[in-house]
Amino acid sequence: MNLPIYLDNNATTPMDPRVLEAMIPYFTQKFGNAASRNHHFGWVAEEAVDYAREQVAKLIGATEKEIIFTSGATESDNLAIKGVFEMYKDKGNHIITAVTEHKAVLDACKHVEKLGGKVTYLPVKEDGLVDLELLEQSITPETILVSIMYGNNEIGVIQPIKEIAAIAHKHGALFMTDATQAVGKIPVDVNADGIDLLALSAHKMYGPKGVGALYVRRKGPRVKVTAQMDGGGHERGMRSGTLNVPGIVGLGKACEIARLEMDSEAQRLSAMRDRLEASLSELEESYVNGNVQHRLPHVANISFKYVEGEGLMMAMKDLAVSSGSACTSASLEPSYVLKSLGLSDDLAHSSIRFGLGRFTTDEEVDYAIEVTKKAVTHLRELSPLWEMFKEGIDLNSIEWAEH
Amino acid sequence: MAYSDKVIDHYTNPRNVGTLDKSSHKVGTGLVGAPECGDVMRLQIEVDDNNVITDAKFKTFGCGSAIASSSLATEWLKGKSIDDAMAIDNMDIVEELALPPVKIHCSVLAEDAIKAAINDYRVKNGLEPIELEKSHH
Repeated sequence: MNLPIYLDNNATTPMDPRVLEAMIPYFTQKFGNAASRNHHFGWVAEEAVDYAREQVAKLIGATEKEIIFTSGATESDNLAIKGVFEMYKDKGNHIITAVTEHKAVLDACKHVEKLGGKVTYLPVKEDGLVDLELLEQSITPETILVSIMYGNNEIGVIQPIKEIAAIAHKHGALFMTDATQAVGKIPVDVNADGIDLLALSAHKMYGPKGVGALYVRRKGPRVKVTAQMDGGGHERGMRSGTLNVPGIVGLGKACEIARLEMDSEAQRLSAMRDRLEASLSELEESYVNGNVQHRLPHVANISFKYVEGEGLMMAMKDLAVSSGSACTSASLEPSYVLKSLGLSDDLAHSSIRFGLGRFTTDEEVDYAIEVTKKAVTHLRELSPLWEMFKEGIDLNSIEWAEH
Repeated sequence: MAYSDKVIDHYTNPRNVGTLDKSSHKVGTGLVGAPECGDVMRLQIEVDDNNVITDAKFKTFGCGSAIASSSLATEWLKGKSIDDAMAIDNMDIVEELALPPVKIHCSVLAEDAIKAAINDYRVKNGLEPIELEKSHH
């Protein structure tokens, strides 16, 4: 076992060596511009891009003409939200999203508000799921788009996508989903789920950074987005810019591997995650955040009450994880996702996210359990809050000087 | 962000972790910060008849820099007179631990904890609390 151990696979994943192998020829020998229509080099590149388009489409049950290559999920989210707003502005100006979305969605929505659009940010229930009744009540005749993420990056909860899409469609709105964390991890089918636009990224599924895609439905209904990048009219006019051929080849290969190995991999990961969670739940006052039935197989988000997340991570030497605490940021604000579940600030500050991945081994999980338990125990010995809790003092009865 | 060697040293081997008898008239306790802000420090001093701090203990809920700041503070407090302890400035802690700008609030909290402990001791012993000149928050 090599140290340090990477358990932050929701931030990014290492590239699968099979993906790298597929990409390499496209840097040096097969370097052509996929838009060069008049010579061999261009044809080779175009063929590779077409093949990758099929690989991506197949993973999500789409057709290859519905895949627009981008620089990643952030760009896809921006293109979908701003592009739909611009394209359908005669139809309405209202977008519905949720407070637990990724910043790429939230900030694209804020941009839309600056352009005169109206955005509803739905709260979520305590388990992180969107309230379907509230969603339906929020739809107005002006609603053109509902954008709800598939699986959450911090807590891993999976939204009821099919039901959300049905509600959007019933009222004539399009449904978009940021599926960055879900695609390649769990079955996603744009037709079965009723998805009109879907953002995905290569580097969250063992592909390269800097490449992703936006799925744009072509039939029933035919969806269009206004380009946000002007230029040579690549990608059916929706995203100009010379195609990143090696990256796209990598994304395609990553999608193919994920499709073929998803079932067994999801089983392996959820068994490991459950073992990790069960062991760490043996620690007193530890709480699993988010819905535990509907969630991605590889994520565990746990709050260890009375210890602070960043201090805890420092004690979890040789483990790369992440925390909902934000002691380093100027605002000192803990995770907005955890807070929107109704978690108190102190529990949000005490949270650790474990993101398992394709290359995580049982041995590594064992080590992580041991190190985490030791670290929590050690830091509780240092914690005045733990001491007060043990003495039966109600922490809410103390007048804290907020700083 | 990488931590300085001194932060890592205090974090890994914190000095003077523990609890003094807060009901003793010789002991002053300072509890500062708030759980929702992610930092709570409890610093205690034991003072002899000559106004010299003979013992200091801490417990901290917070990041590595907060733990290191309070550990360092207890180390500095031992053997100091109350007056000298009052003169400890948060910037001394910043300098000693090489804290980056985003962690300066940890040192501020440690200074606040020292002053709160001293004032608790003074009040217990029938003295006026010292008015603190600067308010950090």
